[in-house]
Amino acid sequence: MPEFTRIFARTEAVLAVIIVLLCVLFGLASPFFLTLPNFADLIEAYSVTTILAAGVFVVLVSGGIDISFAAVASAGQYLAAYVATSYGVGPVVAIGLACLLGLGLGAVNAMLTHYLRVWSIIITIATSSIYFALLIQITGGSEIYNLPDWWADRIVFLRWDFGPGEFVRITLPIVVMVAVVLLTHVLMSSTRIGRQVYALGGNPDAANRVGFNILRVQLFAYGYLGTLAGLAGFIQAHRVGQAVPTAMAGTELGVLAVAILGGASLVGGIGTMGGVVLGVLLLAILQNGLNLMGVSPFFFDVVIGLTILISISLTSFTARRRRQRKMGDAA
Amino acid sequence: MSQSSQERATAQANGVMQLFQLGGGNNLAGLMGFWAVLFVFFALMLPEAFSRPGTYQAMMFQIPELGLLSLAMAIPLISGGLNLAIIATANQLALLMGWILTTQMPVDAAGAELALWIAGALTSGLLLAVLIGTMTGAMVAVLGVHPILVTLGTMTLINGMSIYLGRGTTISGFPEPLLALSNGTVLGIPWSFLMFLVLALSVHLLLTRMPLGIRIHMIGSNLEATRYSGVDHRWVLISVYVLSSVLCWFAAVVMMSRFNSAGADFAQSYLLITILAAILGGIDPYGGFGRIAGLVVALAILQTISSGFNLMGLSAQMTLVFWGGTLILVMAVKRIAAARRARPRVAAAKQENTA
Repeated sequence: MPEFTRIFARTEAVLAVIIVLLCVLFGLASPFFLTLPNFADLIEAYSVTTILAAGVFVVLVSGGIDISFAAVASAGQYLAAYVATSYGVGPVVAIGLACLLGLGLGAVNAMLTHYLRVWSIIITIATSSIYFALLIQITGGSEIYNLPDWWADRIVFLRWDFGPGEFVRITLPIVVMVAVVLLTHVLMSSTRIGRQVYALGGNPDAANRVGFNILRVQLFAYGYLGTLAGLAGFIQAHRVGQAVPTAMAGTELGVLAVAILGGASLVGGIGTMGGVVLGVLLLAILQNGLNLMGVSPFFFDVVIGLTILISISLTSFTARRRRQRKMGDAA
Repeated sequence: MSQSSQERATAQANGVMQLFQLGGGNNLAGLMGFWAVLFVFFALMLPEAFSRPGTYQAMMFQIPELGLLSLAMAIPLISGGLNLAIIATANQLALLMGWILTTQMPVDAAGAELALWIAGALTSGLLLAVLIGTMTGAMVAVLGVHPILVTLGTMTLINGMSIYLGRGTTISGFPEPLLALSNGTVLGIPWSFLMFLVLALSVHLLLTRMPLGIRIHMIGSNLEATRYSGVDHRWVLISVYVLSSVLCWFAAVVMMSRFNSAGADFAQSYLLITILAAILGGIDPYGGFGRIAGLVVALAILQTISSGFNLMGLSAQMTLVFWGGTLILVMAVKRIAAARRARPRVAAAKQENTA
């Protein structure tokens, strides 16, 4: 079945099949699983992760790794909360400042990576420590609880009622997440700068010789992630109703794992936004399904760890088989 | 200008650069110079504290945990990999050993019986370390995927198992002899610090004097070439991660004795700092190069900053800011030094072309 194996060579297809199988399994195990309200809640719960993963995906495609986004998101969130509560500015200014700060911090990452010519994971480990520590130092680690109503109140765009207590809400985080996913997809697949990101990640030397402005592409990738991180920080505070300097600490590797699970490669040049969305979906469904089946929440990390290991094994074996087949064709 | 004077000027410039040059073979001199500058700075700022032996003893009490974990990170880095699971591994080993010592061992165990129980607990921890290392190494070797991915998975898995089996609780109250490791001193030097020095020296000798160490450098430098030269890279990779996990075991023992407790969420912030220390110490993040002596000096630099800031009343956050800043500064100096080295060569090549 050559067609069949070819389909499975794509990470997205493997993920989609696993997701469908899991849905059937969990659907049989729990009648609540395959309902719209559950699905809407699930999407909202993972909106911040998806927004961050979209940005991380762009940096990964460019051949870099940025783990400072959690610090950037926290900084953006806090700045927005501070100006909103102390100066009473409106949503446009607050969100704008959060995104602008993210853009600036992302640009710092890009320039350090570019000019020092060090692997970006090392640069962003350093900048992540600096951003987080400065944030805690400046804020004294104190939370901001009294967010203005326009920020803390739940914003529902659409609502369908099915019966008592059963409804589906399309809320602000879902709308923003969908917009970010679509924007990232279009940017990466249909614009010049998006294709340049792929080209840079695929072969930096070639990109350089063709005459790309490498710094510009890197500024785009890291700046885009920074901007999205500022936005994600805003949405995260919207969901929990407060701004905490350490809110996003420790989410770095989880988001990175999701992006990699979705087929983005650490060496750059490959991956699709759709794959990353499937990666988020896989983890979300696993967690939600296990929860509904009554599995201890303590067990989630075990499952997530196993999922990462199984997924990279599958990808590795299919890549190897493809390589062997190619060599067979050549011979 | 005659050619000889030009050459002499270049040589002089190179000599000055070499002193501060933090890349390549002269890494150590540059780092030690940097440490000396820091040391003089803090000694001038805090003449009273830096003339007290207690200050240095406090530093020596603090170095071993981070030091051992950094060694556990350094070996995979030199092999061209990374082990994100070191903290998770150390915590799981500490939890296992702590569980044996607090729930399995009779409360009134003493003398030979106590010694036997402690030895048993330590051995179980060591066996688990070897098991974790073997499985991680085998996955890295067989899958051919970057170790960041594999160890991201093992880190999550090991952490998850620790949390699941321990229900997220901490275990505390370990027997006295174990606690002595991090509290006792000999000639004023903490036992744990001596242990760290011996282990650092052992790792240094292993990496520079033994065939395995040379192979670890080789696969870090060029995996394919090493395979073609008849080295079974799989065994080397498994050894790398076993060594890394065994160093985590030493770190686990030191942590148990220092905190008198074990938990799944201990020392999480150390993960990135071990990478920071290793890179600061001149270990090439792309693999193949790096010396343990550099790492030890880097740890001394980090500890001097941390202790000095602490004594000056600055917060732990400012320490972290300066650690991160130091890493970026060191990389910037390396970059400039590399550019300076490349320039005369380019100029010479141009001259030859025009001639």
